[in-house]
Amino acid sequence: MKLLAIGLVAGVFSALFGVGGGIVIVPLLVIVGLPGRMATGTSLAAIGLTAAAGAVAYGLHGDLKPGAAAILGVPAVLGVVVGVALQQRLAHRTLTFGFALLLTAVGIRLLV
Amino acid sequence: MEILAVILGLVGGVLAGLFGVGGGILFVPTLVLVLGLTQVHAEATSLLAILPTVLVGAWRQHRHGNVDWRAALLVGLGSVAGVEGGVQAAKALPEDVLRRLFAVFMLFVAANLAWRAFRPKPPYPSERDPA
Repeated sequence: MKLLAIGLVAGVFSALFGVGGGIVIVPLLVIVGLPGRMATGTSLAAIGLTAAAGAVAYGLHGDLKPGAAAILGVPAVLGVVVGVALQQRLAHRTLTFGFALLLTAVGIRLLV
Repeated sequence: MEILAVILGLVGGVLAGLFGVGGGILFVPTLVLVLGLTQVHAEATSLLAILPTVLVGAWRQHRHGNVDWRAALLVGLGSVAGVEGGVQAAKALPEDVLRRLFAVFMLFVAANLAWRAFRPKPPYPSERDPA
């Protein structure tokens, strides 16, 4: 029951913002007792369903641009493999902070 | 502009692999600012674009024994019930309000990442895996 409720919240959030919703799902799974490592892996598998459902729902409303999705989604698969490999070798703290700064800059650009 | 979008797609994937924050947080602004989509079209399209990355990530986590498939299925099924609510909300909000809400969400994620960067020990050992 708790898991279905987490999914419901994540589904609304994911469709509202067009993101996977891991930032919501992972902490909620930890709260209901999953160990951290399991929470992140399980969140990814759940997002597979969430994102597919969201894409279908938007698609039925005619809002989907498959060409644009391919332009980003195909290189991203290559990128995620590279990212996971790089993870072991780079100074993580500095990079994380750098990414936070990038998100802040883009966020402000979208706000104004 | 397509070339820039391809590069940003690649970067989005690398960042997802590095930080465990999915591609969506970068895909949506890329689709709006670089490819000129509306906020609603960008959010719809981002969900499709993150699918392959998420599937690769889940498969990789499965090989490490980190997926509780029963829990994933229940959360996934719950989310199927929720997405239409999110779609309706996104479409009901004025375009600029939705864009600013997304911007606030980005700032929240940025703060969360900054907090993670300066904390002595991460709470989730594998949180850097793609999400």
